[in-house]
Amino acid sequence: MKKIGLIAILILIGFITWSVRQQPNNLQATSAANESTSKLVLTGSSTVAPLAAEIGKRFEALHPEVRIDVQTGGSSRGVNDARSGLADIGMASRALKADETDLQAQTIALDGIGIILHSSNPVATLDKQQIIDIYTGKIVNWQAVGGRDAPITVVNKAEGRSTLELFLQFFGLKNTDVKPQVVIGDNQQGIKTVSGNPDAIGYVSIGSAEYEAEHGVAIKLLPLDGIAASVENVRNQSFPLSRPLNLVTKTAPTGLIKTFIDFAHSEQVDDLIAAQYFVAVPR
Amino acid sequence: MINAHLRKALSKQTWQPAIRDWLKNTLATGLINLTALVVSGLFVWLLSDVVLHGLPKLSWGFVFDAPRNAGRAGGIAPIIVSTSWILLVAIAAAAPLGLATAVLLTEFTRPASRFGRCVEASVGVLAGVPSIVFGLFGNAFFCVYLKLGFSILSGGLTLACMVLPILIHTAVEGLRAAPDEYRQAAAALGMSRSAALLHLLIPAAAPALLAGLLLGIGRAGAETAALIFTSGYVDRMPGSWLDSGRALSVHIYDLSMNVAGGDANAYASALVLIVLLLTINSLAMALTQHWLHKKMIRL
Amino acid sequence: MTLSPRNTLSLSRADRQLAAVLRLCALLAVVVVLLILLFLFGESWPILSHVPVWRFLSDDSWHPGQALYDMSPMLTATVLSSAGALLLAVPLGIASALFSSYYASPGLAAVYRRLIELLAGIPSVVYGFWGLTTLAPLLGQWHPPGVSLLSATLVLALMVLPTVALTAEAALLAVPQHYYRCAAALGLSRWSSLVGVVLPAARTGIIAGALLAAARAIGETMAVLMVAGNVVQMPHSLFDSVRTLTANIALEMAYAMGDHRAALFVSGLALMVLVLALVGLADAYKGQAAHD
Repeated sequence: MKKIGLIAILILIGFITWSVRQQPNNLQATSAANESTSKLVLTGSSTVAPLAAEIGKRFEALHPEVRIDVQTGGSSRGVNDARSGLADIGMASRALKADETDLQAQTIALDGIGIILHSSNPVATLDKQQIIDIYTGKIVNWQAVGGRDAPITVVNKAEGRSTLELFLQFFGLKNTDVKPQVVIGDNQQGIKTVSGNPDAIGYVSIGSAEYEAEHGVAIKLLPLDGIAASVENVRNQSFPLSRPLNLVTKTAPTGLIKTFIDFAHSEQVDDLIAAQYFVAVPR
Repeated sequence: MINAHLRKALSKQTWQPAIRDWLKNTLATGLINLTALVVSGLFVWLLSDVVLHGLPKLSWGFVFDAPRNAGRAGGIAPIIVSTSWILLVAIAAAAPLGLATAVLLTEFTRPASRFGRCVEASVGVLAGVPSIVFGLFGNAFFCVYLKLGFSILSGGLTLACMVLPILIHTAVEGLRAAPDEYRQAAAALGMSRSAALLHLLIPAAAPALLAGLLLGIGRAGAETAALIFTSGYVDRMPGSWLDSGRALSVHIYDLSMNVAGGDANAYASALVLIVLLLTINSLAMALTQHWLHKKMIRL
Repeated sequence: MTLSPRNTLSLSRADRQLAAVLRLCALLAVVVVLLILLFLFGESWPILSHVPVWRFLSDDSWHPGQALYDMSPMLTATVLSSAGALLLAVPLGIASALFSSYYASPGLAAVYRRLIELLAGIPSVVYGFWGLTTLAPLLGQWHPPGVSLLSATLVLALMVLPTVALTAEAALLAVPQHYYRCAAALGLSRWSSLVGVVLPAARTGIIAGALLAAARAIGETMAVLMVAGNVVQMPHSLFDSVRTLTANIALEMAYAMGDHRAALFVSGLALMVLVLALVGLADAYKGQAAHD
């Protein structure tokens, strides 16, 4: 029995010492300054994460000695981690804010934010003021905007999401003014919520909405300012509510980080960008 | 106690006309059968939903391929590997600790002693801690404070804390059920307690220990919330314990909530996870039954 | 039951060494609980140090971006959804257990038991996924928005039902057979025997199972996040969308920094307090049951 107790303790001690010994290889070593470990850590926006992970995989195939680790956590987290050195590269699904100009951003793709309704909803357009009134609870029934007599289900994004920030900014709203019936986290939850509720209105990434609508999911995208919400209009930059997907670094990228960002910005990843339903940046 | 209950039940009986009692009995029978029917119906509904959507995608290729295109295409091989590594870490850390604590509680302390009560209370609290709180703790302690980062090790150790109370509880039950004659005989033969434990009590409790282990694995394998903040998001084949690795349940969550067109693979992954967990659970249940059965025969 | 402490004197040297090692291991379990509390406190400290505790219950709303930290609606939602889930799951669970141990034929009972075990093995993400894609739209047709306190309660009830049913059945099995036979022999109907004799005898085990289920319901995160609607508001009806404390942490943690992050750790602390209260309740009950 003594043996079992001993083994238990040994395993524990082994784990602890081993992890402490390995420590230097991990967080500190992956900080921006050190490239010899050839591991890049990307954190940030859950919108960019699937794309960055795909780009990372292709990059790894070309550079077998490199590992690209992608973690999600929101744009602000990405910006913050890039600044603090916790991540080599931050991912942000928005432009840098005024107080973030100390950082470097490289746009790798574009995305739009579109208003979605259930496909059975007879309402075909909403003007800016109507959308504001719906989101602030001044209009609560579809009848008021020419739809059927049914209460509106307003779908909003959770605090901290950059989709929310952009939406609020575009319509000149404060989050405290918005009166939602449902709050969602990620894009697909919004699409699933609206497709499951004939009287819901929400806003999501245009690319995924277009994909889902094409594949028979019961949603439709509303035009904004008379311009159809489509990947095409995001590409020709006529759609008003669009955003850049950025890779953010603390300083001007060098070495491996530069190689990776350049790669993410090259035509070699155009098919990956298209596969995630984003728009490649005009080069 | 039975007499008191019986007397009360009987005294009520005489108050009630037979017809009312008959009515009540029939109604209760009906309701209980209805409950069983409703529960079965709900279960069939839920499972058929997953099976119908998941089965078309399921193939050996799905299980043995790496995910491609953000998980929409390809399979889940690296994710299964990450999940098993996380579980391995969790069990390797929690099993010895759990067994030791259980042995201490049953064989070396009086249940009323302050230390024993303190440990039991801690285990009780640990059993009730919400998994998301384990996630917060794991992130703050293992990832940040111990600088393990988002890694299989962080995730596994977080889950170890989570399954520890399950392991302790089942081990205590198993050891307590071991007949006292074993201990008395061992003492009479002049065996040390360590020897009695190693040669008699632990083998006698082994099926219970194993069942607890499997229950713990089942619980840990279904966990999402605690892992998102600790083992992370990377869906590559893990190369070391310090690599971030995506667990199966996190994969399902990401595919259904964050990836357009990921539903089909989310269902298929859910099906794989359910089958894995059910296999583990059934093993645990079978072992427990087997052990109960053996105990009955011995008695 | 164990070798009683009067034999403590007979511990050999090896035994004493072993006991010391075991003590160390057991201590670790205590340490983990303390560490969890310590870290929750430590991470919440940045905000607790300059925001008085009552503000977490009395602010106007939960908008951590604007330094408003009212958690009372989320606390209410957590308590209501868990209580509702128990209200549904406990009677159904007990009925399930009665069905498989007293009503069904042995063959049917085995099949039914198997089914409950299967239900217990389904991970919570799957419940959430099903709730969001199947249950919520159905409820939405009846009363929009569909994702609501009601849907959260129903999904939670379904999730904890197997826990209640399995523990209740174990408790029923532990009741000696002759209790039921005695009652039946004395002419009590099946239902009267069960209610009058068997269920009271199994009470302790059933309540322990219900408390376990309550802890699971309070702690459930992902499934609730998918089906509760997540609007931070005091629910006025079952059809209002609500956000629980756990869903709040999962929804915002990855996006939170500074005071916002600390406020989420305060949510974690609040959850711990709820669980501690529950454990305390269970202990008090156990103490009382021992006196009976």
